[in-house]
Amino acid sequence: MGRYVIRRLLQMIPVFIGATFLIFVMVYALGDPVAAFFGDRAPDPATAAQIRHQYGLDKPLWHQYLDYMGNIFTGDFGTAFNGQPVTELMKSAFPVTLRLTLVAIFFEIVIGITFGVITGMRRGRPIDTSVLLMTLVVISIPVFVLGYVLQYVIAVQWGIGEPSVSPEAPLNELILPGIVLALVSLAYVTRLTRTSIAENTRADYVRTAVAKGLPRRRVILRHLLRNSLIPVITFIGTDIGGLMGGAIVTERIFNIQGVGYQLYQGILRHNSATVVGFVTILVIVFLLANLLVDLLYAVLDPRIRYA
Amino acid sequence: MRGSTRLKWAVCATAVALAATACGGGGSDSGGGGGASGIVSASWGDPQSPLEPANTNEVQGGKVLDMLFRGLKKYNPKTGKAENMVAASITTSDSLNFAIKLNPGWTFSDGDPVTSDSFINAWNYGALLKNAQKNASFFRFIDGYDAVHPEKEGAASTAQTLGGLKKVDDLNFTVKLGAKFSTWPDTLGYSAYDPLPKSFFSDHATWLNKPIGNGPYTVDSYTKGQTMKMRKWAGYKGPDPAQNGGIDLRVYTDNNTAYTDLQAGNIDLVDDIPASQLKNAKSDLGDRFINQPAGIIQTVSFPLYDPKWSGPNAAKIRQGLSMAINRAQITEQIFQKTREPASDWTSPVLGDAGGFKAGLCGDACTFNPTEAKKLITEAGGLPGGQVTLTSNVDTGSHKDWSDAVCNSINNALGNDKACVFNPIGTFADFRSKVTNKQMTGMFRTGWQMDYPLIQNFLQPIYYTNASSNDSHYTNANFDKLINQANAEPDTAKAVALFQDSEKQLAIDMPAIPLWYQNGTGGYSTKISNVALNQFSVPVYNEIKVS
Repeated sequence: MGRYVIRRLLQMIPVFIGATFLIFVMVYALGDPVAAFFGDRAPDPATAAQIRHQYGLDKPLWHQYLDYMGNIFTGDFGTAFNGQPVTELMKSAFPVTLRLTLVAIFFEIVIGITFGVITGMRRGRPIDTSVLLMTLVVISIPVFVLGYVLQYVIAVQWGIGEPSVSPEAPLNELILPGIVLALVSLAYVTRLTRTSIAENTRADYVRTAVAKGLPRRRVILRHLLRNSLIPVITFIGTDIGGLMGGAIVTERIFNIQGVGYQLYQGILRHNSATVVGFVTILVIVFLLANLLVDLLYAVLDPRIRYA
Repeated sequence: MRGSTRLKWAVCATAVALAATACGGGGSDSGGGGGASGIVSASWGDPQSPLEPANTNEVQGGKVLDMLFRGLKKYNPKTGKAENMVAASITTSDSLNFAIKLNPGWTFSDGDPVTSDSFINAWNYGALLKNAQKNASFFRFIDGYDAVHPEKEGAASTAQTLGGLKKVDDLNFTVKLGAKFSTWPDTLGYSAYDPLPKSFFSDHATWLNKPIGNGPYTVDSYTKGQTMKMRKWAGYKGPDPAQNGGIDLRVYTDNNTAYTDLQAGNIDLVDDIPASQLKNAKSDLGDRFINQPAGIIQTVSFPLYDPKWSGPNAAKIRQGLSMAINRAQITEQIFQKTREPASDWTSPVLGDAGGFKAGLCGDACTFNPTEAKKLITEAGGLPGGQVTLTSNVDTGSHKDWSDAVCNSINNALGNDKACVFNPIGTFADFRSKVTNKQMTGMFRTGWQMDYPLIQNFLQPIYYTNASSNDSHYTNANFDKLINQANAEPDTAKAVALFQDSEKQLAIDMPAIPLWYQNGTGGYSTKISNVALNQFSVPVYNEIKVS
């Protein structure tokens, strides 16, 4: 197990370098950010040159990239255009988004798997059909529509909860945005669990367990569910990274100043330090989440072993 | 045995996830909601750069400077007139040398007195090339600017301070300009000219985290990108103290959410209503919906550096295009009358005495599809048979009105390919293309005034090589009229000269005036006496909390 983990960690290095370089090139290709600093006024060449120099924008791309990577290892992620170090932005943004993501994952797991088990055990019954229909609706409506509608109905019309999240982003305010963020994945989790459960109900070991006279609860939770969860865990694991990066829309709707917000600002202002810094962390989160999923396989199914 | 190891792994996995969240959350006070007495909560946008007077050139940062600072002059929020604030008098006999006398008794909120040095040091700092201040060019009128801030890329300053600034004593200093500029004192209400305390220079980083000024408010706390809490400064002795306990500015990434928050009673003041909500705002808010003129004009300009647009008949084509735009319909349907069709190159907030003159553009700005088609046909048709309209689409409703303008032109010319919209993803990309002269057809240009003077709507935009002359228009007669107007000490005569220069614009049509933009806003029942000033910024210090 230990060697496996180390090998996986080493594999992350090239992925990490490749990903950051690609992002760097993309932001660089967006163009020169300096003109926008001056609004509708053309920058005077001397000041513009001074600002370019200040942010290292006057150097060639490869040089900027090397400088950037060199600084990352000393913990310096550069400075955003508003004068704030990017690490400071990260410190305020990542915890907020991580909390939002965990709320979303929580709903995914609890609601998604419950629905999945219920429908999987009752294939073809009315409850199965109606849940399938509901997931279809959720998957087909864009997140921002769901978000704005839920926000308006729940917070303005019914007056329960607030339409926006305060800067401290406490957990209770994140419930509504968490559900909005989770909805689409939740639908997938439900469907995945349902299929997997449906397949395994006919498996030999389930029949054996029932024949042994085990209580139904135990058969479902210990035998059926545990074996059916592997594809679901894979999905949820990869979803962690996806949710964190994809929170841009949800964060915008509910005015959450998290990763999505910072990325959005960074892209609008062509600020490579912000964008590359945040994406770098997201890449790491994504890689670690994948590793975690692979390790969880061994927990769920002892037959899967790592040398 | 095996069971226990597996359990350990699972525990580890969850512990990692939980630990990561537990460390976050910061934020010592979870006050939220703005329940404190006399505090107004208001929407805000994240300022682009650190909050230094000479480095702030956009509305969001300007808003804060307006609350934290008082300069030599201040623009009356109702009339827009530049009135003395810290200055007791600004006098000149030749429109070139100005004597500035300060009122005694002004201090910064840290106790530092406001003296001649507070201004001289601030202006020298703002002008010096090394400090890379975005508003440095505002000091170019002062004698000696070229030495402190050479224009050429890569050049070095030959002086550290502006030669035109001379301290007489603590309350008196003199300014010598590089050229005659009779209305120069009226520009001094702009925040780039605000004074700075000693702490700005001695501990810059600390100052930036919590700016200290001489205005009616002080910064209580500032979390960049999130909130700024300002409180009434009890020690403020100026004539316009705050009438509320303080202002909590909260950053919104989407003005739709700000509007929803206002409806839910979560915030007191929103100063930018999203275009999609304008239809409902009137019925949602009633009298608490604000829609009033602001010093903003929207135009589309032409790349006169492109040979296609500089030919002998090109002016006629530009006039024809202008006539083909149905301004009244677009402002009504897309903007719900929060814009007014433009018929000159200034803004109604200037007032008649200040130089606004409706209809000055004449027939060229009146919708007339038949005449438009005739003019363009006579001039040989659109260059290349087609014109593009370029704009960024990341903010505002630029896509909506651009499509409408193109449709209007297409209908007038009876050709559905005559005008094509060319969207650009980000403002940054759009502006760098404009400044690099990469435009080939019409492009969006907007102007928000720096100070309420007709000069500010003309010289920076249409004077040869001026800083915002995006179309690179140049006309000797126009330049001459502007110079004469600037040197003219009699305001009424100066205004007439500026209007004469606009008549030249009507002939050459380097930019088509589209509409004057209003400021919009809305507020809760908790506050009253809310109004926007000419810059479409709320007059925060006059808001009363019930």
